[in-house]
Amino acid sequence: MEGPDILEMIKKEIAANPIVLFTKGTADMPMCGFSARTIAVFKEIGRPFKTVDILPDPRIRQVLSAHSNWPTVPQVFIDGQFIGGCDIVTEMYEKGELKPIVEKAFRK
Amino acid sequence: MNPSDIARRIEDRIPGASARVEGAEAHFSAVVTAPGFEGKSRVEQHRMIYDLFRDEMARQEIHALALTTRTPTEWEKERRQHEG
Repeated sequence: MEGPDILEMIKKEIAANPIVLFTKGTADMPMCGFSARTIAVFKEIGRPFKTVDILPDPRIRQVLSAHSNWPTVPQVFIDGQFIGGCDIVTEMYEKGELKPIVEKAFRK
Repeated sequence: MNPSDIARRIEDRIPGASARVEGAEAHFSAVVTAPGFEGKSRVEQHRMIYDLFRDEMARQEIHALALTTRTPTEWEKERRQHEG
C-alpha cells in the first residue's frame, strides 16, 4: 500500500463505520494498555465497532496522526468525527457522555 | 525527559498553567490546569499540551503522555464535590 492509499483507507474506514478505533493490536488481542482500555469501553457500550490495527505498517500511524492532528494511538472516531484518545474517551464514558454520542451515530 | 522537565515546559509555555507529572521511561501522565483551557474542547486542550512535545513524541522519547486537563473552574468544582 502506498502513502496516498493509506490515507484513502483511513478515510474510507472512518466514513463507512459508525465507530472506528485505530489501535495497537486487535479487539481480541490489544498490544498496548491504552488500546486495551479503549476497546474495553466500547465492549461495555455494546455496539459494534471497527478496529484498525496500526501495527502491521508503521506508515499507518504516521498518516493517521497527520490526518487527525493527534500524536498518539488509540484514536476514536464516531460518526466521522474525531472524538479523542484513551483519556478523553474513558473520561466521557465515566461521565455518561459517550453512550449518547454512540446511540446518535446508530440512529442514522 | 523526566517528569519535572515535562511539568516545567507545560508551566513555562501555557500561561497560568499548573502541572503535576508522573512516570518514567518514556511513559508519563500529567494532570494540568490552565485558565487558557476555558472555552476549549478536551481535544483542543490535549492538543495544546501535545504540541509542546511534538519533537519528543515523534522521536519516541515520550512514548505515552496520558492527560487529564481541567480549567480552574472545573478543578474547583471537582474539589468541592470530593470534599462534599
